[in-house]
Amino acid sequence: MGHLRRIGPISQIPQGEGRTFNVDGMKLAVFHTRAGEIFATQAECPHRGGPLADGLVDAHTVVCPLHDRIYDLRTGQGADCAITTYPVEILNGEIHLLKE
Amino acid sequence: MAKRRLVVVGNGMAGARAVEEVLARGGADMFDITMFGAENYGNYNRILLSNILSGVQDSSEIFINPVSWYEENGITLHLGAAVTEIDRASRKVRAENGVTASYDVLLIATGSRAFIPPLDGLNGPDGRIKAGVYGFRTIDDCDGIVATAKASRRAAVIGGGLLGLEAARGLLNHGCEVHLVHIGKHLMEAQLDYPAGAMLRATMQKMGVRIHLEKRTAGILGDDSVTGLAFHDGSTLGCDMVVVAAGIRPNAEIGRSAGLTVERAIVVDNHMRSVDDMNIYVVGECAQHRGKVYGLVAPLWDQAKVFADHVTGTNRDAAYHGSKLATKLKVMGVELASMGLTEPEHEFDEVVQFSEAHRGTYKKLIVREGRLVGGILMGDISKAAYLMQAFDRDSPLPDERLSLLFDLGTPAQKVTLDEMPGEAQVCNCNGVTKAAIGACVAGGRRTAKAVMAATRAGMGCGSCKSLVGEIVTWFCGGAAEEDPSVHYYVPSIPLAKPDLVRAIREHGLKSVSAVFAALAPDGRDDAASKPALASLLITLWDGQYQDERDARFINDRVHANIQKDGTFSVVPEMPGGVTTPAELMRIAEVAVKYDVPLVKLTGGQRIDLVGVTKDDLPRVWADLAMPAGWAWAKSYRTCKSCIGTDYCRFGLGDSMGLAKKIEGRFRGIDSPGKLKLATAGCPRNCSEAMVKDVGAVAVGDDRWEIYIGGAAGSQIRKGDVLCTVTGENAVLQMTGRFMQWYRENAKWKERTHTFVERMGIERVRAVIVEDSDGIADALDAAMEASVASVSDPWLERTARKTENQFASVIPVEA
Repeated sequence: MGHLRRIGPISQIPQGEGRTFNVDGMKLAVFHTRAGEIFATQAECPHRGGPLADGLVDAHTVVCPLHDRIYDLRTGQGADCAITTYPVEILNGEIHLLKE
Repeated sequence: MAKRRLVVVGNGMAGARAVEEVLARGGADMFDITMFGAENYGNYNRILLSNILSGVQDSSEIFINPVSWYEENGITLHLGAAVTEIDRASRKVRAENGVTASYDVLLIATGSRAFIPPLDGLNGPDGRIKAGVYGFRTIDDCDGIVATAKASRRAAVIGGGLLGLEAARGLLNHGCEVHLVHIGKHLMEAQLDYPAGAMLRATMQKMGVRIHLEKRTAGILGDDSVTGLAFHDGSTLGCDMVVVAAGIRPNAEIGRSAGLTVERAIVVDNHMRSVDDMNIYVVGECAQHRGKVYGLVAPLWDQAKVFADHVTGTNRDAAYHGSKLATKLKVMGVELASMGLTEPEHEFDEVVQFSEAHRGTYKKLIVREGRLVGGILMGDISKAAYLMQAFDRDSPLPDERLSLLFDLGTPAQKVTLDEMPGEAQVCNCNGVTKAAIGACVAGGRRTAKAVMAATRAGMGCGSCKSLVGEIVTWFCGGAAEEDPSVHYYVPSIPLAKPDLVRAIREHGLKSVSAVFAALAPDGRDDAASKPALASLLITLWDGQYQDERDARFINDRVHANIQKDGTFSVVPEMPGGVTTPAELMRIAEVAVKYDVPLVKLTGGQRIDLVGVTKDDLPRVWADLAMPAGWAWAKSYRTCKSCIGTDYCRFGLGDSMGLAKKIEGRFRGIDSPGKLKLATAGCPRNCSEAMVKDVGAVAVGDDRWEIYIGGAAGSQIRKGDVLCTVTGENAVLQMTGRFMQWYRENAKWKERTHTFVERMGIERVRAVIVEDSDGIADALDAAMEASVASVSDPWLERTARKTENQFASVIPVEA
């Protein structure tokens, strides 16, 4: 069974933006969409290591700030490469990461 | 082994070149070399005689080998010694001046002389050629022509071939009236056809040469010296001097008197050896090989090599097989290339032709069975190298004949796309080849936009976008589908910019999220559309714009330029590139305190602190205590300047002062593309104002020329002069008005150089300078409102705009 790892209040991330978190030594990009959803992915773009949390975000995609690679926040799928996504939940206004 | 004796008769270009080739093959150890020259000089480049005549070069400048060269190479040289006799039995030659020399091997390289036709009155009373009549073949001829021309009012040149034209050109420079008399229907019959000859004639007449065609000269008038020419049609032409350039004749008499076979010249075999005597070789214009006598240098170089290979034993099989005649010339400043035939000979010869008379451009190719057999290029000879090679090698030509005549540069056309190899890189930023684009089209993406999205071609600096579009069209066989969204201002809202602006105003949409909600088809936001909309809303609403930071690119969220490692660069304001010791010390202290890895001067005359972490940005700004330089934004960036009037001894206007005013007014003004400006204190343009988005150049009396649409980045373009105004305030007004019009009408990321070209400079001038649309006041007022609404974003160091705005990583508690 998995367990929940608390990341912190959702208010840490402005709507429509992302932030990079350090969770137990692992960097995560966490996004808070304007529609109110939360997504988490690996922090760095597999192309050239761009900080994905600094990218432009809409309902389901993030655009890497360095070379405009686009990834689907739900699946991690990009045009020619993919990123790892992590399941997250909101409980009482706090973001939680689902861990194995 | 004793050295053999090589005697060379003739010290011109052929003789000397042949000896050079022999020496290059170790001939100094095989031969004692003796050379005889009829002229009193070392050997010189006869082709350059026309430069001496026109005064471009001095006779001392055209020597190939000075007399000292002969000494250094152990060559015995007899000058002013024309050889008059060859005794083949005793292998001895004798010169006019009595000098004799014995040979084991003899080389005849006597060249040719000017052909002076037998004209009435050619000779004076003393039986010699009449004073004032010259050939055009030697340094002495040139010296005589120049000396006489200075005292002449009118000179006539007989002969409309290359030599005649060069003589006429040279004479023009000596102040006399120049007439050129030619027997043929057009000029340069050996190299040109009728239309090309006619074009060349027009060019020459424009330069002041009077040309008489189809005139056969009958005689030279005057008793002791020239007073005119008489023609067969009964007319006459008064003149003080005559240059006869009616062709050349081989100096072959020496061969005939020695009993060698002479037809038009001395007949040789494939080793360049006389057909009658295996110890006598002949090269150059006095040699006849397979019925041909050559008067150009290229065949001569080949002959000299064959001779040297053979005589030194380097290659006893060396053979000359004749030359195809192709030549590049410059006649009267007109570039010319000619090869082979000038007219088709057979019914099936194909002629490819282009003529643009008013620019003096003419191109004609004669193609036989897919191969080039003749060609004339005049005015534009950019394809000459390729064509001359194809002609010389008899190589097959591409089916697309148009590409034979023109080098079509970018933006590329179909013909060059046909030629472009698959592995050619189209997008250098993202390394996309033509073949990759082809594969993408084959995969079903049939619009430029879809191909660009899939391959990333054109998504870097953007300079190849139009080429990518053309290649997609090419792969689609000319039937690329146009994606209607190319006309949209942003991809997610199906409206062109003017319609979008109208809708935004109508609905009073003041934030990016409000625009998506009201105008996007399904009300959804779109990441790629956000920054363009934010920029537009700022322009439209100024202070009323509702700033949503998530709509902005990271640079505009943290007011610094993101680098490849996720750090940022910090550029403080430094108007006109002017700073102070106090500022420099603060910058240095900041760089030390924050361990800034790179301190770099920018192209915009500022100082860049590169590699600052996001977390340090607010502290760095605080310690700098300087305003933001906006070096991260699609906005007004900076204004460079030169020293101007303060110290520069050439300055006509206070460029530094004006740059400071410009920066003070326009700093932080958002725009569709970045705006880089410059001011120059004089037209020397040290600050490169002519290649800026807007540049002001002082021209004296408080007047400034305003350049717009310049570029010196991925595209290079000199700006267009918008207008010339008096006073700095007028510069500020016109600059602001143009910038505002650009803000309201340019596409997202469209730089001014593209915008100005799209609109046309006349249209821009009409709107901005002449107020043709009656919007000048509105533009000025809109810019004024924008200026008033800008504040220094680095003040967010004490008033964060969003949560964790400057946190690069947020630690999570265990």
